[in-house]
Amino acid sequence: MSATRENRAGNLLDVRGLTKLFGSLKACDGIDLTIDRGEIHALLGENGAGKSTFVKMLFGALEPAAGTIRWKGEEVRIASPGDARKLGIGMVFQHFSLFDALTAAENIMLSLDDPAPAGAVAARARALSEAYGLPLDPNAHVGDLSVGERQRIEIIRCLLQNPELIILDEPTSVLTPQEADRLFDTLARLKAEGRSILYISHRLEEVKRICDRATVLRQGRVIAHCDPRGETASSLARMMVGDEVQAVVREKPSAAREALLEVRALSRKAGHPFAVSLSDIDLAVHAGEVLGIAGVAGNGQGEFFEAVSGEVLQEKADAVRIRGKDAGRQDISGRRLMGAAFVPEERLGHAAAPLMTLSQNLLLSRCRTDARAFLSRLGVIRQGAVAKAAKRIADAMDVRKAGEDPEAAALSGGNLQKFVIGRELDRAPMVMVVNQPTWGVDAGAAARIRQALIDLAKGGSAVLVISQDLDELFEICDAIAVMHHGRLSAPIPISEATYEKVGLLMGGARPEAAEPVLEAV
Amino acid sequence: MRVELVKRPQRSALFSALSPFIALLLTLLAGAVMFLFLGKNPADALYYFFIEPLLETWSLHELAVKAAPLILIGVGLSICYLSNNWNIGAEGQFIIGAIAGSILPVAFPGFQSPIVLPLMLVMGIVGGAAYAGIPAWLKARFGTNEILTSLMLVYVAQLFLDWLVRGPWRNPEGFNFPETRNFHAYAILPEIWPASGRAHWGFVFAILAALVLWFVLSRTLKGFEVKLIGQSPRAGRFAGFSRSRMIIFAFLVSGALAGLAGISEVSGAIGQLRPAISPGYGFTAIIVAFLGRLNPLGIIAAGLVLALSYLGGEAAQISIGVSDKVARAFQGMLLFFVLACDTLIHYRIRVSRRLVAKPIEAPAGHA
Repeated sequence: MSATRENRAGNLLDVRGLTKLFGSLKACDGIDLTIDRGEIHALLGENGAGKSTFVKMLFGALEPAAGTIRWKGEEVRIASPGDARKLGIGMVFQHFSLFDALTAAENIMLSLDDPAPAGAVAARARALSEAYGLPLDPNAHVGDLSVGERQRIEIIRCLLQNPELIILDEPTSVLTPQEADRLFDTLARLKAEGRSILYISHRLEEVKRICDRATVLRQGRVIAHCDPRGETASSLARMMVGDEVQAVVREKPSAAREALLEVRALSRKAGHPFAVSLSDIDLAVHAGEVLGIAGVAGNGQGEFFEAVSGEVLQEKADAVRIRGKDAGRQDISGRRLMGAAFVPEERLGHAAAPLMTLSQNLLLSRCRTDARAFLSRLGVIRQGAVAKAAKRIADAMDVRKAGEDPEAAALSGGNLQKFVIGRELDRAPMVMVVNQPTWGVDAGAAARIRQALIDLAKGGSAVLVISQDLDELFEICDAIAVMHHGRLSAPIPISEATYEKVGLLMGGARPEAAEPVLEAV
Repeated sequence: MRVELVKRPQRSALFSALSPFIALLLTLLAGAVMFLFLGKNPADALYYFFIEPLLETWSLHELAVKAAPLILIGVGLSICYLSNNWNIGAEGQFIIGAIAGSILPVAFPGFQSPIVLPLMLVMGIVGGAAYAGIPAWLKARFGTNEILTSLMLVYVAQLFLDWLVRGPWRNPEGFNFPETRNFHAYAILPEIWPASGRAHWGFVFAILAALVLWFVLSRTLKGFEVKLIGQSPRAGRFAGFSRSRMIIFAFLVSGALAGLAGISEVSGAIGQLRPAISPGYGFTAIIVAFLGRLNPLGIIAAGLVLALSYLGGEAAQISIGVSDKVARAFQGMLLFFVLACDTLIHYRIRVSRRLVAKPIEAPAGHA
């Protein structure tokens, strides 16, 4: 008790040296952070910077390898989300876990540690929703609610536990600007009551607007503690993505270039609540060019890939053109036959079937384009030819595997990715579209993959790389465009591109505002 | 002490092969316990149930008669289940196949020619496929749950057959029994060796269908497509295969084979339509498909095992006086154990004595 009293004026939360290892990867490396009472504290960082790992440790979902967590001055061990809630830590996740068929109140009831009748829960939920300006009908079915309303259920669910620290993971990533404004009002009220908020985001403007302090993470380390109001969006972006601008020397692409992949006014409505709609995307990738698309995850990259690859068709045939021919009404096989090749973001379950062997997975993307080599009459598979090609690819890309033809799931991420990319390169495609080519891949494999993409372009193909890894894009691209909210900026030639410029666009600044003028804000 | 299932890094090839046998063994053990509770000597009961039917030629023929529809339907279902389409309505497709195939001998008994039998078989195939097409189209077009629609259509088919044989198709010379007229000689599927027993050509169809589908599944692009879409629908789409076309394909193939089984059963084994023409073949074939590991060759073996359970049920009823529902109990236990044993393919069992460490109590006065 005495410790509590001593620290009444001190920090609510004091984290020292928190570390988490995944294999050899240090997802969090000695993170220090303090949160005061009644403070909105921003946790900033790119994807993969360690934000999620860090808050999962705070919320008891992951166990730290080293470091201490002091809560009101007392050292605590948080072994489960239940422990965290008991202490007074609540969390609102980025992706909601709600049952569509149940009402808001029933969903809240399910999450309570102490069971209570639905009527009482509904009454408490209604009271909270009025007190904090979170309009919500507790008896509405979740399936009928908008994304913003669903988030309010999660927030009310969290508030019912009367938390002193509320962790919000990318809360505005699924909200409209109006909904976001309403959320900020609620946060202000919570703050006025003396509750603290840990606010995870990569949206710089909103952090500057509502947060008192910020901690910036990069590659698992704390880069800076700062007052976001005293920083500019550019300086925050620089901290997030790193300011070591590399001097990339690139050969100038030859003058007369043919556009091999063109996207014209591509729009696509969001298919489900978490999808992003694409609006008016224009793009051209020329022979010999590597074009990069930067952007924070979930800004429409996946939807864009589906549209370009032909997994989803376009209404207008000329929305996607491959080698000068309309491809918008062609499915993925048709587009492959026109000379394009595709590598999606997810290796297992999208690019490859986990329980199928490598040679079967080779057939997966090439059964149409290489029908003559791999199939005989009546569609009988020439196992020998396929196995030989799989071996050729594995050798060319240095795929390390146990056994001659293992299942895809048995390979490490890096080796499977080398195979999945090699599978397409082996065809020498004229157009190559890759989503996150080196996501979760070890450094050696990543270097090999990047080199292969550069070499492909050198041979006269057009390469489109969608990536969250800015270092990667700066290393291999001739120009970088940024995707934000389903819109694509004009490509910035690599000679003019800086981390700051790209980082700002990723944070949602409009292209014209990307100039230093913004620093005055 | 607690028992945990730990995920294996890779599928176990050993347990993949052993699982059906472990399941059979467990079924026999559970069966022995069941007979014990029924007050019968388990050893005798199991002998009458599983051994005796194999000792006589005529009863081996009966085994083939019962196995034919099970194998035919089972291999069709394997295409469905491998492609992740849960066709539970093979019983209905069997019945509609039987009805469609019976149109010629029942409604046009005057049309007698060697071409009648081939036409009947084709009509049976088409009837079964068309009936399976209903849940397939509903799923592909509207995303309905095929488990429900295909199952409910079973009852529609059963009641339709019942109405036919009691109403418009009732045998005018049949003393008001709910049966159609007997099929004429051209409409009977012949026996394979008429001298030694009743086994008809349906069994040959079953073996042929199993061999063809085994080849398709293991050697051709179509088989690859079936398995890919079933395992990993997103990868299937990435490969350029259409999910909705696969739904239609799988249901049509399985409905066609169920329909062929239906017309073979009535024209080979029964010789007329009755209110009940199947002792639940369409449902038992689900067990056959899984016991055979969804592999057509395995399904041949599994079909014979399940056919034996039907014969054993009849034999045990006569020899030791237990209800023939015992056969259903055996089939149910077998499916239960097969599915349970499949867990061992992906998981291993770990028994740990260690108690879970209790988390440190959160400090009290924090309100």
